[in-house]
Amino acid sequence: MKRVLNIKPGRAGKLFLGALPFLLTLLVYLWISDARLSVNPHEKLMPAFSSFAHAIHTLAFEPSVRTGQYLFWADTLASLKRLFTGVGFAALIGLIFGLLNGAIPLMRANLSPYITVLSLVPPMAILPILFIVFGLDELSKVMLIIIGITPFLIRDLTAKTLELPSEQLIKAQTLGASTWQVIVRVLLPQIMPRLIEGVRLSLGSAWLFLIAAEAIAAQDGLGYRIFLVRRYLAMDIILPYVVWITLLAFVTDWILRKISLWWFPWFHAQSREN
Amino acid sequence: MAFIDIDNVWKTYGDNVVLERVNARVNEGEFITIVGTSGCGKTTFLKMLLGTEFPGRGEIRLNGTPIPQEPDPNRGIVFQKYSVFPHLSALHNVILSREFEGSRLLGKLFGQSRREARQQAYDMLALVGLEHAADKYPHELSGGMQQRLAIAQALMKQPKILLLDEPFGALDPGIRADMHQLILDIWKKTGVTIFMITHDLKEGFYLGTRLWVFDKVRHDPQAPNAYGATITYDIPVGHTDRETLDEIKTSIKPQTSLA
Repeated sequence: MKRVLNIKPGRAGKLFLGALPFLLTLLVYLWISDARLSVNPHEKLMPAFSSFAHAIHTLAFEPSVRTGQYLFWADTLASLKRLFTGVGFAALIGLIFGLLNGAIPLMRANLSPYITVLSLVPPMAILPILFIVFGLDELSKVMLIIIGITPFLIRDLTAKTLELPSEQLIKAQTLGASTWQVIVRVLLPQIMPRLIEGVRLSLGSAWLFLIAAEAIAAQDGLGYRIFLVRRYLAMDIILPYVVWITLLAFVTDWILRKISLWWFPWFHAQSREN
Repeated sequence: MAFIDIDNVWKTYGDNVVLERVNARVNEGEFITIVGTSGCGKTTFLKMLLGTEFPGRGEIRLNGTPIPQEPDPNRGIVFQKYSVFPHLSALHNVILSREFEGSRLLGKLFGQSRREARQQAYDMLALVGLEHAADKYPHELSGGMQQRLAIAQALMKQPKILLLDEPFGALDPGIRADMHQLILDIWKKTGVTIFMITHDLKEGFYLGTRLWVFDKVRHDPQAPNAYGATITYDIPVGHTDRETLDEIKTSIKPQTSLA
């Protein structure tokens, strides 16, 4: 008998072992939900799958009586728009400042302490300020995401830029590169896959800030809906929404990873990950 | 006035004297190999030639003017590793210096000038025996091929001085022999002045015109860092007797393998 640490699962084995926790969770849920419903048919805490299907069918495929919208899709669109606008701007700002910070010592001396302090300000604590300054519309929600993840991205990309071997900077200079040319031809292309990595890591926080902002002040959005129907204990809506948000987050992450693998094969060959 | 004048150069870090009283003159087209124990300051010396370290006292003059205190195209460099850009194919690694020259803003060439630069780069790759690997990325190349690429890349700029910091240190012995042939060929063809640091004393005797040994002349057992290293042997290669070789071997013994 081999030692356990030397036993490696095959393809099918991996698939099975990976799927097992999901299946178990489902089974346990079904089992408890069933038990509870058999005691009290009006129980709302753990609805049956038929209730989920019904609730989502109503929200996704029947226009709302009040607004005529398909709420599920309207919520999804509103949330994704906010999320991607926020993450997009944060990535852009993070890239510019992270790159310049990492590349130029004068800039770093100037900005690094400031950004470190800024990144320690809890974004949720300044949400009221955002509502006061930017109003209750889209802008304040997008701003919360930007403020929430930009300092992390700047610090992450500064560190990643500094990690690039100094030999490369010296080599580029011996090839006649100016500061600007080192930045655009040597640093920027090598930082791009690292930016994608950073964005993937910050997506979780971005969702957190989005849902928090939507919960407090919004007229639509996935977070708004969850917090709205909480009043009616509508687990049949909340749980599918949570699963849907998780799925959206997963797909976004997967797409970013694929883009990175497709555009920057040298990066993944180099870091031997993924 | 020699091509390079090294005039009483000292280098200290705090109380730690790394180099002291380094004096030498180098003519254009010489090929100097530098050996010495680890931490004897030979890399510091190379960095001074490169412009990333500066003498504390004394100066190094290139054609009579002090060496600029930052790297520039006059002095090409090949490090032991990280010398090539991982995000560019071999061809683009070599073209890069032309692009820096031809496009201040984007660092990219288009049209006719791009085609010309490509052709030059192909020729350069052919010179180092990499024409078949032009479209490969550095991670797809072996260690020896990456160093060939780094050399081709440095030569594109036609530097006056080529600095090699243990360029073959990480390579297998067989591949190292090929690289020796390559660097000798290139030196003969281009007439570039070469400084090469090596751990391999045999390499020092086989390559080049002159061998420098960096070592400490004075020792204070109570304060090992009180005195720095200097050039203790400056030997024209090909004129060495067995005795001197043995002497040098003993002087740099701890880290030298005569593989």
